[in-house]
Amino acid sequence: MTGAGGRPGPRGPAHEIAAAVRRGERTAALVVDEYLEAIAAREEELHAFNVITAERAREAAALLDRRVAAGDDPGPLAGVPVALKDNLCTRGVPTTCSSRILAGWKPPYDATVVERLAAAGAVVVGKTNLDEFAMGSSTEHSATGPTRNPVDTERVPGGSSGGSAAAVAAGFAPIALGSDTGGSIRQPAAFCGVVGVKPTYGRVSRYGLVAFASSLDQIGPFATTVADAALVLEVIAGHDPLDSTSVAEPAPDLLRVLDDGVAGLRVGVVRELLGEGVDAEVVERTRAAAEALDAAGAVVDEVSVPAAAYGLSAYYLIAPAEASSNLARYDGVRYGLRVDAASTAEMNVATRTEGFGDEVKRRIMLGTYALSAGYYDAYYGKAQRVRTLIIRDFDAAYERVDLLLAPTTPTTAFRFGDKTGDPLSMYLSDVCTIPSNLSGHPAMSVPFGFGAGGLPIGVQVLAPALGEAAMFRAAAVLEEAIK
Amino acid sequence: MQPMADRITRDDVAHVAWLARLQLTEDELDRFTGQLGAVLDHAADVEALDVGDVPPTAHPLPLENVLRADTPRPGLDRDVVLGMAPSAEDGRFRVPPVLGEAP
Repeated sequence: MTGAGGRPGPRGPAHEIAAAVRRGERTAALVVDEYLEAIAAREEELHAFNVITAERAREAAALLDRRVAAGDDPGPLAGVPVALKDNLCTRGVPTTCSSRILAGWKPPYDATVVERLAAAGAVVVGKTNLDEFAMGSSTEHSATGPTRNPVDTERVPGGSSGGSAAAVAAGFAPIALGSDTGGSIRQPAAFCGVVGVKPTYGRVSRYGLVAFASSLDQIGPFATTVADAALVLEVIAGHDPLDSTSVAEPAPDLLRVLDDGVAGLRVGVVRELLGEGVDAEVVERTRAAAEALDAAGAVVDEVSVPAAAYGLSAYYLIAPAEASSNLARYDGVRYGLRVDAASTAEMNVATRTEGFGDEVKRRIMLGTYALSAGYYDAYYGKAQRVRTLIIRDFDAAYERVDLLLAPTTPTTAFRFGDKTGDPLSMYLSDVCTIPSNLSGHPAMSVPFGFGAGGLPIGVQVLAPALGEAAMFRAAAVLEEAIK
Repeated sequence: MQPMADRITRDDVAHVAWLARLQLTEDELDRFTGQLGAVLDHAADVEALDVGDVPPTAHPLPLENVLRADTPRPGLDRDVVLGMAPSAEDGRFRVPPVLGEAP
């Protein structure tokens, strides 16, 4: 079993599984059965999945094994089980976003990332739980019930990609995909003690990702090791003609530079994210990470990103505004739930009222308010200008340093119910991750030790746009330092 | 730049819910009014910033219009798509009456 801290268990890591399957030393069928057994042993306790695709996984594995036997190479993820956040479209497999309004919906197509994983030989074992439509930081806002943190089942796994983080931490799959709009990959990765990456906006195609806030959403990997996260990102990244916001750049070369170290790299610790509201044990781990990079030859300094302090305020106007528009499509006409009524207008209201949970309703209303006549300039317009300031401050920092370092979360994993009654306190758990979504820059969380109660603490490496290679080099150094 | 608006009222929330095609109970109206007010109060900290001459950012990338070659390719299968609809008839989505209803 994989233990606390997400150390790869006897079944992982992914690159070893793929190597063994490609050489014919292990069959994909056996690998998949091992992981399905691990899921069966603990899924009832954790609820990481909305659906487990055991039969499909076994069929896919058998096909891979026939290909290997015939001398074919299925690719760099041959036979590697993967868990997919349930807001990624999977053809013929229910995709619910943990919402009643999409219960039972089976997409007629695969997301680009799902196609790319399959083309690389990965095997989908299930769709993971999330806060409804990825709106939340604890997976408590799921219509299918919360996921439990495998490290401490009295605590949340974080969110919104809590199911994917828990699945990897529990050894249900060596790798998983999530989506990160304000920290929804990095925060649960930190809470569950695994690696989580939000790539540069546009690095990974969003085609087939159910939209929450389109200018902020980005798909990325979870893994138990930095190398596995790099492997997955290499597979899923790269231009996609089906997403007009995907950047016209080839996938980054990460594995080749992973052992290059950080000698000579300039690293800035973000002063504004070490202050008020961040627990002392988290600050201590972040400073320890800075020392580890310094010891490895990086030039470490403290830098200021003043507008980062306003990220949360800007985010909770911009993201709900985009969400209120994106979620207008759930009207009971084309897919998902319909609550019948005498007219289409009444049917729309009845369907949305019944189909959405409280947090989604709050965000839709917040966004509708921020966009409505008389408030647009004061709220949405101002938030967009603050977004510009945050980008300018990051740009200024990156003139002085190559990478930034910060905590991933202000605290370790909190208890169920701690924040559900007070949405603002829940939102504050994203304060360290949000600035990178507003700027579109890449950032990743790496496990870097434990706090009180043995709860994992993650530190965050941030890089300028398309700077994933240096970011992964630093992450690899931190991973080595904490071994 | 105009200052942040007054605190959101119960009537504001009811109006916004109607705009968003949501129906709230009396209890929900009370609860959401307080919760949305708290978030908007927090957002008011950006009032301290002078952003009058800062241009807005709608998107992290410099967006350009993207054109693809005008080559036909297969779309989604109509029967599969309609098969996922709550109600369909004769190759179309079926909905309750639209005309003649109150605005």
